[in-house]
Amino acid sequence: MSKPLKQIHLAAHFPGVNNTTVWSDPKAGSHIEFSSFVHFAQTAERAKFDFLFLAEGLRLREQGGKIYDLDVVGRPDTFTVLAALAAVTEYLGLTGTINSTFNEPYEVARQFASLDHLSGGRSAWNVVTSWDAFTGENFRRGGFLPQEERYSRAKEFLATTQELFDSWHGDEIIADRATGAFLRDAKAGSFVHTGRHFDIHGQFNVPRSPQGRPVVFQAGDSDEGREFAASDADAIFSRYATLEGGRAFYSDVKSRLAKYGRRHDELLILPAASFVLADTDEEAGELAREVRRQQVSGATAIKHLEFVWNRDLSSYDPEGPLPGIDPDVSDDHISKGRAQVRMYRDPLATAREWRELAAANNWSIRDLVIETGNRQNFIGSPSTVARTINEYVQADASDGFILVPHITPTGLDDFADKVVPLLQEQGVFRSDYEGPTLRHHLGLDLPRSRPRSSGGTPTDDLRGEERAAS
Amino acid sequence: MSSTPSSHLHLAVALDGTGWHPASWREPVARPRDLFTAGYWADLVAEAERGLLDFVTFEDGLGLQSSRYGELDGRTDQVRGRLDAVLIASRIAPLTRHIGLVPTVIATHTEPFHISKAIATLDYVSTGRAGLRVQISARPHEADHFGRRAFPPIDLAELQSPAGQERLTGHFDEAADYVEVVRRLWDSWEDDAEIRDVATGRFVDRDKLHYIDFEGTHFSVKGPSITPRPPQGQPLVTSLAHQAVPYRLVARQADVGYVTPHDTDHARAIVAEIRAEQEAAGRAGELVHIFGDLVVFLDDEQAAAEDRRTRLDALAGEPYTSDARVFAGTPAQLADLLQALAAEGLSGFRLRPAVAGHDLPAITRGLVPELQRRGVFRTAYEADTLRGLLGLTRPASRYAAATTA
Repeated sequence: MSKPLKQIHLAAHFPGVNNTTVWSDPKAGSHIEFSSFVHFAQTAERAKFDFLFLAEGLRLREQGGKIYDLDVVGRPDTFTVLAALAAVTEYLGLTGTINSTFNEPYEVARQFASLDHLSGGRSAWNVVTSWDAFTGENFRRGGFLPQEERYSRAKEFLATTQELFDSWHGDEIIADRATGAFLRDAKAGSFVHTGRHFDIHGQFNVPRSPQGRPVVFQAGDSDEGREFAASDADAIFSRYATLEGGRAFYSDVKSRLAKYGRRHDELLILPAASFVLADTDEEAGELAREVRRQQVSGATAIKHLEFVWNRDLSSYDPEGPLPGIDPDVSDDHISKGRAQVRMYRDPLATAREWRELAAANNWSIRDLVIETGNRQNFIGSPSTVARTINEYVQADASDGFILVPHITPTGLDDFADKVVPLLQEQGVFRSDYEGPTLRHHLGLDLPRSRPRSSGGTPTDDLRGEERAAS
Repeated sequence: MSSTPSSHLHLAVALDGTGWHPASWREPVARPRDLFTAGYWADLVAEAERGLLDFVTFEDGLGLQSSRYGELDGRTDQVRGRLDAVLIASRIAPLTRHIGLVPTVIATHTEPFHISKAIATLDYVSTGRAGLRVQISARPHEADHFGRRAFPPIDLAELQSPAGQERLTGHFDEAADYVEVVRRLWDSWEDDAEIRDVATGRFVDRDKLHYIDFEGTHFSVKGPSITPRPPQGQPLVTSLAHQAVPYRLVARQADVGYVTPHDTDHARAIVAEIRAEQEAAGRAGELVHIFGDLVVFLDDEQAAAEDRRTRLDALAGEPYTSDARVFAGTPAQLADLLQALAAEGLSGFRLRPAVAGHDLPAITRGLVPELQRRGVFRTAYEADTLRGLLGLTRPASRYAAATTA
């Protein structure tokens, strides 16, 4: 008998503050108004997606000492908008990116436990780290964390919140009118955590939520980030959406699970993926080129070159040749508040390579940025895109994809209406939700709460049993 | 936009668990097992909106509830545990259309940057109905949940000592800085900062985004916010106050102050004190509402209300006491009391239902019609925003004013 087909997981990334989001298109709507989030979330839910994903950055980006104004700027507060979306959706998972550096465990645990209650068990947390003093300028502690400690803090932060989630077992509230006992146990929620980054104790004040703990995502790509994911995360938001790159990443990360005593299926790999759909593959190819030109205006091309050159290149013509001058390789970077500048590890080599490419192809600055930039991951007719996505997942390039449309808020509509039905026909994507919580959608077990520290009965969380029986 | 005639009263309801009486959860109408569901809160707020109330507040705290001021009480016979108030408010926002949503935020241990964008976002998801109620925490056990500051033990008596007053002043000064940062961040994007200028490729006009450059004792915040200016420009800021130090916070930073007068003389004195502080803070010309807080047991017969109070006290094992006056009586009696207090300068009231499932409907279906008959309460929502309901105009961004001056 052949291996059963893997079920694909699909999620929707609300278009963000990168140049992949095309705000200049006449179809592009607000990135802030709640109606945009409602449309996007309800489209994802109509298509039976696993979850919606929100990114976050805690300081507006700057380049050359000025606020970066060429991409979408501004976003709502992650927790608040997810809680509101819980009111207009019923099954869709709600994943928020929340920083482990400029927050404290007690507060974040309250917020996720609250979101999980208010959504009936649909919350997920994409744990991100940051360390820069630039972002720190918006917070009480400033740039307090050395870069090399960001994962150490993130790991301890996550472990501490899990202790807080587990401090309630799910059976404490009895609310017995006759006897007048509201709580079974006066010590409900007790916790003590003593560690390098956090030394806290007391009683947590949110009872155990439907999922026990939110689903945990990790997005870092460094070796440390991959270990963190293998030891602690339920899913990875990765950047490897190609077949070969995806397979290499997938096998690398999955192979790290065993040493933490974890099964192969206890960590899902979900790359971000962009797409362009049209009636035919040819039309989609043309449309994809058009979208790339919208994504990279002349002004954007110059700014993009500045990431590599680390210099003010505003005097250059985007339709002209590349700068003859070499990149500035000093530490102080022209761009602040974004992650991808660190992708160019050897700017001198990149500049050399780009000059050669531009000369060989007769490319202007803008042509070069368009041609060397990421093209959309899935381009084609609905059947081509559905087939490709399925091939990638069956070939273990991923367990599914977090789709990043380029138009807000309608960029997911065609995918929902045209691609999803094909995946459903092939029997590789759900045609309806099978359970109420995000853990159900992702096929993850409910976490068991830890044994009580003293007294009481060793617990099998009641909800855990329900899950096991379902 | 029309506004409420000044002879009209404003009414808010303070939501906390199953109600403000500690035995309220034992009443048959209470739904103690639903406290941690969205549906429970949605039903309460829908009832408040049915009664055309100005807004509801949501209590919150960074530790378990306690019958003692400065420490946990280890009791198991009262409601313990709660959900984050900002997230409850946000969860309810899409289900309501007119009523204001005012969650409590604790200034002492949280980040003004996070709270500013959270309340701005609540304003977006409610299309202009957001506010906050700012509170401090001097409790040592709550500080231990954060591990970043250690506070010595405290109780209500000690608060009145000179050392206690000094401590309180420190906490309220921090709260004033906190609100200042929150407010500056709301203004840090001018209303028309998003330009989407395809010709130049610019999404925003960055000259309309402003650093706030706040520097204070407890924090410095650079800005601008990551969230554009909310629909109301400045969502509502409210605060509860019982004495001079917190009155000063109301006078310096709030749009609505909640106070706890026990009779008309007391109300007059409180209003005079806050107005003097308001003048000292340079805000004499600004509309600052002073609302009276009252705990209410409301029934068609006074005896029924008093019996209910007695019965709940017996269940609780002790008479219920509160910082606010506790009223037990009929809608007409309560309307008389509210009008008498209002004559001393209060422009509205925040009622704390003793039993949410009983006294909230008694407010919306008993008190509200009584006040309407007397011509002192709205008969329909007259504005689309919370500021509008309270007669507050939408202010220009302070930074826009600075640019054009």
